[in-house]
Order: sequence, then C-alpha cells, then structure tokens
Amino acid sequence: MARGGEGAAYPGRVSPFPAQTGVNMVEAGCPPDDGAAGSVTALAVRGLTKTYPGRRARGRSRDQPAVRASDGIALDVHRGEIFGLLGPNGAGKTTLVRQLTGLLRPDEGSVSLLGHDLVRYPRRAPRLLAYLGQDATAIDELTVSLAAETAGRLRGLEAADARRAAHETLDELGLGELAARPLKRLSGGERRLAAVGATLTGERPVLVLDEPTSGMDPVARRAVWSAIDRRRAERGATVVLVTHNVIEAETVLDRVAVLDGGRVIACDTPGGLKSLVGDEVRLDLVWREQPPAADPALARLREDARISGRRWTLRLTPERARAVVTTVTAGPAFGALDDFTLATPSLEDVYLALGGRGEGLVKA
Amino acid sequence: MTATLPAPDRPGADAPAPLAPQARLWPSLAAVYRSQLSRARVARIPLLFVATFQSIGIMILMRGVVDSGPGDEARAVVAGSSVLVVAFVALNLLAQYFGRLRAEGGLDFYATLPVPGAAVALGTAAAYASFTVPGVVVTAVTGCLMYGLPLSGLWLLVAVVPLAGAALAGLGAAVGLLAPRAELATLCGQLGMSAALLLGVLPASRMPEPITWLRDLLPSTYGVEALAQVLGPGADWGSVTANLAVCAAAGALALALATWAYRRAAGR
Ligand SMILES: Nc1ncnc2c1ncn2[C@@H]1O[C@H](COP(=O)(O)OP(=O)(O)OP(=O)(O)O)[C@@H](O)[C@H]1O
Ligand SMILES: [Mg+2]
Repeated sequence: MARGGEGAAYPGRVSPFPAQTGVNMVEAGCPPDDGAAGSVTALAVRGLTKTYPGRRARGRSRDQPAVRASDGIALDVHRGEIFGLLGPNGAGKTTLVRQLTGLLRPDEGSVSLLGHDLVRYPRRAPRLLAYLGQDATAIDELTVSLAAETAGRLRGLEAADARRAAHETLDELGLGELAARPLKRLSGGERRLAAVGATLTGERPVLVLDEPTSGMDPVARRAVWSAIDRRRAERGATVVLVTHNVIEAETVLDRVAVLDGGRVIACDTPGGLKSLVGDEVRLDLVWREQPPAADPALARLREDARISGRRWTLRLTPERARAVVTTVTAGPAFGALDDFTLATPSLEDVYLALGGRGEGLVKA
Repeated sequence: MTATLPAPDRPGADAPAPLAPQARLWPSLAAVYRSQLSRARVARIPLLFVATFQSIGIMILMRGVVDSGPGDEARAVVAGSSVLVVAFVALNLLAQYFGRLRAEGGLDFYATLPVPGAAVALGTAAAYASFTVPGVVVTAVTGCLMYGLPLSGLWLLVAVVPLAGAALAGLGAAVGLLAPRAELATLCGQLGMSAALLLGVLPASRMPEPITWLRDLLPSTYGVEALAQVLGPGADWGSVTANLAVCAAAGALALALATWAYRRAAGR
C-alpha cells in the first residue's frame, strides 16, 4: 500500500484560519484522501523548501529580502488524479511546480515521481512528464502546428508520428483553423491554447500545467478540460495543475491544495474544502439605486454585509437567508433591487477564507 | 522540519515507472533546426536585410579609398564585408536571441523535453548560420561587381559560410547563454560584430602590430583570409586550406562551448 495518510501526524484538514494553527502549519500535508484507498501514489513531495536569495541594494534601489517561496511543502498525488494547486498571486505555485519538473533545485526536501527521485535525477523529469510553463516564449514565433510537431519530435516521436500526434491534438483542442498561424499573431487565449497543444503532443503519464486556461474563453477552457480528462480516463494520466479559476477547480479537480505564503494551508476534495466554510450560504444583493435608508431591516443587514459598490454580500445560515430574501423581495426595498443571488458556498469562498489576503471569512 | 512526517511513500514499492526514451541527437537536431529556420519568416527577415545593407554600405564607403581591381585591399574589403554578414546574424543576433530566451525563461521549453543539449545548441546555431546565406551571397556578388573582381572565386563560399558560420554562431550562442543578463548578451554580440567589422574589413597591412594579434584571435579572420585569396588570380591553395582548417577547428571549439553553455543554462 502506498499511502501516506495513516497516523495522526497528518492533519487531513487544516483550520481555515491559518494564524490560529501556529507551528502545525509547516507540516500541513496533502495525503491522499481516505476515499482513495488502494490508489497508488504518483507523486510524493516531502519537506520541500526553496528560498530565493535576496539582493543587496545597488544605487538607489532598495534591498530585496530573500523570499521563502516554498516552505516545507508535503503533498501526495495519486495516479490518475487531477490535482489542483490554488492560491493567490505569489503564493508559490509556480515555484512548486518548477521544482516538480526538475527546473528548479529545492534547497531541501524530496520529490518522488513514479518512483524516481527528481531532486537527485532532474533529467528524468522530461521523460516522465510534460510541462506547460506559465508563459511560453520559445515557441512564440512558430506556427501552431510546427510548435506542436516540434514538441512531439523533441519528446522522441518519429517525424510522421509527431505530425499525426500534433494534428490530432490540435483538432481535439479546436485549433485546426489556426494551425498555420504563428503564435505571436494570435490572441492571448488562442496562444495559450496553442501552448497547451504543444504540451499535450506526445504522450506522457504525468502532466504538470501552470495555469493552462488563463485568458481563455469558456469554450477553449472546456476544450482543455476535456482533453485533460480524456488523457486521464483513457491512459490513466496524472495531472497537477495550477489554477486561479474556481470554476475550473470545482469542475475538473479531484483534489485541491490551497497554497499561501509557500505553505499548503488546506488540502482536500473541492467538496471537502467547501465544508470548511460550513453550511452557510452566500446572498448577494445588487442595488439599482440607494436602498431605502429608512427600512430598519435593511439597516441591520447593512451592518453584516460586505459592501463593494452597489453589491452587498452576506453570509447567512440557510434559514436566515430565506427570511432575508422574503423580507427584501416583499418589502419596499424590492423596487431598489437590481438583482439578487443566493448561492451555496463555492470554492471562491474557501479561497477567500483561506488564502484570500486577509479578506477572511465574513461571519454573518 | 519533516521529521514528524511519515517517510515518503515509495510509490513503487513496486518498480519505478519506465522512462520514455531520450530523443535521439540527429532527429531532434533536425527538428530544432527546422523550427528555428521557420522563425526567419516571422521575425528575422528585416534584420537579414539590415545585415546585407550594412555590408553593402561599407563597401560603397570603402570604394572611395580603395582602388578597383584585384589588389589586396579590394579583395580584403569584399571578403571582409561578406563575412561581416555572418558575424551580424550568427554572432550578434544569435547572442541576442539566446540572451533574451534565457532571461524570459524560454529555455524551460527545451529543458522539460528529453532532448540532448547539443541538439538545441547546434540546431539553433545551424539555423542562424543558414540565415546568413542569402545576405552573404548578395554582398559577395555585389562586391565583386563593384570592385571588378572575378565572380569565379565565389564558389568557396560553400565552405566559408558553414565554417565561419559554425565558429561565429557557436560564439554567439555561448555568449548569449553565458551572459548573466540579456543586455550583456546584446552588448557582447554587438561588440563581437564591431570587432569583425573593424578587424575584418580593413586591410591587415595597414594595422598596427597589437591590433593584428587581436585580429588573429577572431575566428572570422580566417574565413576572410581564405575568401580574399580566391577573389584574386593565382590563389595560394595551401594558405586557403590552412585558413579553412583553422576556421573549422575554431568552429568545432565554439560549438562545443555553445553546447556546454546551453547545458549550464538549461540545468539548474
Ligand atoms: N526568480 C525569482 N527571484 C526572486 N523571487 C522570486 C522569483 N520567482 C518568484 N519569486 C517570489 O517567490 C514567491 C512565489 O512566486 P511564484 O511565482 O511561485 O508565485 P505563484 O503562486 O506562481 O504566483 P502567480 O499566481 O502570480 O503565478 C513570490 O513572492 C515571488 O515574488
Ligand atoms: Mg505562477
């Protein structure tokens, strides 16, 4: 059995309030969840630490302090899993995946991918995984089809096979019509899609994708998700992907690790993470004009709401939310109301609660 | 810090997963070469024109002080200007390209593919050397017509361009990959090209002694010498062969350096 989850050393879930958990945070790991008994670990990361050295000031510039971008990260990803890394800008997601792909040497810790020690043998990584960097510059001046074909050939495919594989991948992603255009002359989303195409050409058992769908419209995003999912379903591929998109996280990920300040602050299935924010629902009220000030019920709501522009966001128990909706829609306030939505907790709420820059969870 | 964690699972208590094969050298070199060559259409064409115009401009300027006919100086100017195109593209532009690629993290693309370092370094260098061919030919033919030199010697470009190209592109790649910052790579590339201009185009007979030593250090010099020989009557074939041999040796050395520099830059 290859699982790391047994034993008390692993907090399977961590409190949504990092400040209160103290030292424990460093050890927050991400073992396979209990529902996954019998699964095999594809990627095991332990104690991964990376500090970017600071820089002494030169001239008028300021000293740049050293940044600890990975701070004792532990993860287990099992085979055939689509595993997500979620977290705010600068959380250390790119730094982490660059260490998983052998591009960056960790200061400390271990990375074991399909039984290979990648800290010791980083040149094995390209023979196990395909990587999509956060920005791709080497292929920008190639046409979409040549970029994919070149990637296939450099993954060891014969010329004819590489051409066929490139063609299939581009069709799969709906890029057929753009095949002859240089990446440079595509829109941002199209270019990203073409870079995904190059990454997926030539089979690999592991895919590491750094924000694969950034800048894409919903159609392109769906094409990427289904291409990823097909590789998992048909070939048992394991996928580690970085995302900022909570819809992406909820739709395609089996498990998510939330990163902040170089640490894994929570790790669970999307559903499990959502249960962290409790069963509260979110009520959004969008006003057309100033809500009637005289209404005492509204005055009370205003105190509890997080207000941004004309939008009030409230977190309420389901019963209270129902009552509020009744009050607002039946009373005089309804005339001033533009729109309202009532939603169960989304990963966005989790994201805000956990990694969201001190936004914190609004307790209503 | 990790002491309280259970030991890493040996994901293969069963055996480690098989590794996909490494891409083989020649096929991947060909793939890199082809993809780099295709970039010319997108990005390089204006700069190739600049390289040619620069060389033709220099020949026009020098025409004022150098007599027509197969004298030493006329031959040196035409040969020097032709090889200057190689220096502009293979040394200067390639240094800039690799410098920028490295600074922008573009090497990650190759570093996460199982491709031998030599394939990337040599394939790219070969592509840049190829970019120079049209410009060199146009410059050499124009020069021969302008200075009344026989066109019959130009067949030697078949040897001069690849050998000088290898030497200069290898140097350019090494400079671009080793420079700590992209701007430094650009600067070094420009300096290299200026050196090729000043030391290659001006006739050696007029240079002070220390400058000729510097000239001897520049690999392109030997390409210029060989080409200059065959632009006149009664070429000394022993000297041509010797010069090309030096060029070839410098090329091999430069390409080895470029490969090493690539491995160093793409490693971590
Ligand atoms: N090359 C570098 N040198 C110094 N510091 C760096 C370097 N790269 C990243 N950092 C710092 O390390 C931290 C983590 O950066 P990283 O790029 O991993 O974040 P990220 O989670 O990928 O963010 P984003 O969502 O914006 O892509 C940041 O504070 C960043 O400023
Ligand atoms: Mg990032």
